[in-house]
Amino acid sequence: MATAVVETGERETYLNREYGIKSWLLTVDHKRIALLYLIGITFFFFVGGFFALLVRLELLTPAGDLVQADTYNKLFTMHGQVMVFFFLIPAIPAVLGNFLIPIMIGAKDLAFPRINLLSWYLYIIGGCLMAYTILAGGVDTGWTFYTPLSTEFLKTNVITAALAVFVSGFSSIFTGLNFIVTIHRMRAPGMTWNRLPLFVWAHYATSIIQVLGTPVVAIAIVLVALERLFHLGIFNPALGGDPLLFQHLFWFYSHPAVYIMILPGMGIVSEIVCCFSRKRVFGYQAMAMAVLGIAVVGFLVWAHHMFVAGISVYAALIFSLLSYFVAVPSAIKVFNWTATMYKGSITYQTPMIYAFGFIGLFTIGGLTGLFLACLGVDVHVTDTYFVVAHFHYIMVGGTIMAYMGGMHFWWPKISGKLYPEFWGKLSAMIVFIGFNLTFFPQFILGYMGMPRRYWDYSKAPEFQILNVLSTAGASVLAVGYLMPMIYFLWSMRYGKPAPDNPWNAAGLEWMIPSPPSTFNFDEQPVVTWEAYNYDEIKEEVPVAQ
Amino acid sequence: MHNSSVATANHEVHDNPALLHHFATAEQQKDAASLGMWLFLVTEVMFFGGMFCAYLVYRYKYFGDFGSASQQLSIKLGAINTAVLICSSLTVVLAVRAAQLGKRTVLVFWLLATIVLGLVFLGIKADEYAEKFEKHHVPGPSFHYHELLPGQAGLPPADRRYANPSHAEMYFSLYFAMTGMHALHMIIGVGLFSFLTYFAWRGKYTPGYYTPIENAGLYWHFVDIVWIYLFPLLYLIDRHR
Repeated sequence: MATAVVETGERETYLNREYGIKSWLLTVDHKRIALLYLIGITFFFFVGGFFALLVRLELLTPAGDLVQADTYNKLFTMHGQVMVFFFLIPAIPAVLGNFLIPIMIGAKDLAFPRINLLSWYLYIIGGCLMAYTILAGGVDTGWTFYTPLSTEFLKTNVITAALAVFVSGFSSIFTGLNFIVTIHRMRAPGMTWNRLPLFVWAHYATSIIQVLGTPVVAIAIVLVALERLFHLGIFNPALGGDPLLFQHLFWFYSHPAVYIMILPGMGIVSEIVCCFSRKRVFGYQAMAMAVLGIAVVGFLVWAHHMFVAGISVYAALIFSLLSYFVAVPSAIKVFNWTATMYKGSITYQTPMIYAFGFIGLFTIGGLTGLFLACLGVDVHVTDTYFVVAHFHYIMVGGTIMAYMGGMHFWWPKISGKLYPEFWGKLSAMIVFIGFNLTFFPQFILGYMGMPRRYWDYSKAPEFQILNVLSTAGASVLAVGYLMPMIYFLWSMRYGKPAPDNPWNAAGLEWMIPSPPSTFNFDEQPVVTWEAYNYDEIKEEVPVAQ
Repeated sequence: MHNSSVATANHEVHDNPALLHHFATAEQQKDAASLGMWLFLVTEVMFFGGMFCAYLVYRYKYFGDFGSASQQLSIKLGAINTAVLICSSLTVVLAVRAAQLGKRTVLVFWLLATIVLGLVFLGIKADEYAEKFEKHHVPGPSFHYHELLPGQAGLPPADRRYANPSHAEMYFSLYFAMTGMHALHMIIGVGLFSFLTYFAWRGKYTPGYYTPIENAGLYWHFVDIVWIYLFPLLYLIDRHR
């Protein structure tokens, strides 16, 4: 394919084809929509991070001195809701998935470009409602909206927060629907299911969860809002309702939602590990089936969030057993990444460092998940910092590590510019150190018995030293996250132009110019090779620029 | 570079104005739209599924009270509405057939018939809602319920047992939530068919391109099926004795 060396400003790309605000806000190009998402998601990431820093600052000292108890409740609630619904769930699918899936399968766009734009608008409307909720005084239900606290007792803006989650949920549904149809119907000739990059498989599994799970939380949230507006009693025990029903409906989505966050990350790590090991992925089909397996089994484990909520002991036994089963496909993923690297020709570039971080931290997060699936241990550590540390290892150590790794890996393709590799490596190290400093002490705190969601622990001052470590770590982490934002923005203007394939990586996205043209491919590509055909690529990864 | 291994297939030359740029063929476009619609209906099943789940839990817990409250609904109106909706499914099918055959006026006629039947359903539903307001059977502060449990009417007055009002209120909460959500889908459907009628009148749909009619039809059938479940679950509790 004739892909000339990029000469800045001459070739028409999706970035310079049209200018002006209208060409962005009314675009149906999946690549531009991905960038629109990137802006919104980055904004909410820093909003959520701001609340997290306030939470950590409050916990620096045992006394509740920085904020009042009610304010603290609002801080951790808004941290959770903003991060979960407006960052973690959309982050990888809506930015990298949106940008890459059509290109990876050899299509010009997603199957429904206008619905893709509608998804973004729904996300933004949901985001505005969330921003309104925050500015109008916040909400303090906890991110889980547990009833009857949320429906009967709180005087804060529960309804607008619920509406925000509801609307952004439809954004998520439409994104998932679009991906499934695209992957089924838009693959290029020769791009068989067994040749799909694992990134695409991971998004396929994710989309199934989004399509099946999100409507259930949507209706649960609608019922909460109706209950609050009209004083219905569906989840209110005082009126004959059952709060456990809400928890079932909520976790039926919100446990699989964890896999919405982590599966796309696994897809990214598969791409990065293969590229920087110069090897075909070990056990391709097992890797593809493992993500589907996680998606399916993930739907059958939700009640492990409710072991101490009063469900029957037999139900708890079954859910505990099923929760262990998730470990099997997860372990397949980790072992196969390791086996891929075995005897590979490994280079330590920024994306690979993030991928290493992901594998290590996801393993710790996953294994502590097994502790929590075990009924006896779970009763001991429920609602302690052990749980907080566990899910932050998955969500921050897993999802955000992978997201950052993916952003570095594909940034040359997205922007057409190279980021400074030295600063990239430095930021990856800082994030890894800051992350462990923040969350490892929380495992110990939780095991010692520090409950989550308390703003004052002056009765147990021995917890302070670990909390100080954690807060210090959070500050380091903040630096690690700010750095990439600065040098990515810097590189857009001052970065060196990126070659079409800066990593000598396999995959259709590396065979088109950086940045791509509006319709991705000048001619319909025909795929004649297996995914990750690194044995056919003789070039190594170029040395750090 | 391995780039050289990218072979190319020629673009198909197409002159179908309904074919969007990113699809290779009209068939691919139709398949994509239809798969998308089916997936959307899957999300709808899950959406209503949450409410059906809540309904089943409370019907199991408060069966007697639900039976009593169910007797407050008019089976006659519910049955008429069921018949109206089944007829409207027929008119939709006839509309799709007319579109396949390219008969523009027939298509418009059946689309209008569907809209009319949908409006009849909504009118009857509104009448039923109005009656609930008059009888204070709408959940909320003014809710009032004082009715016997099923099978108590034949007993001596002193032995008769009454339904628990807050459990009956739960029934009506679910009744309004489920039928309300269904009615909202009906309203959206009527709006959808109004647009389709306009475009059909303008001659936009041909035997080569009638995907919107077919997909709107799928949606309408789904909304019908929801009602087919709602009718026995809400109106016919305890009527089989």
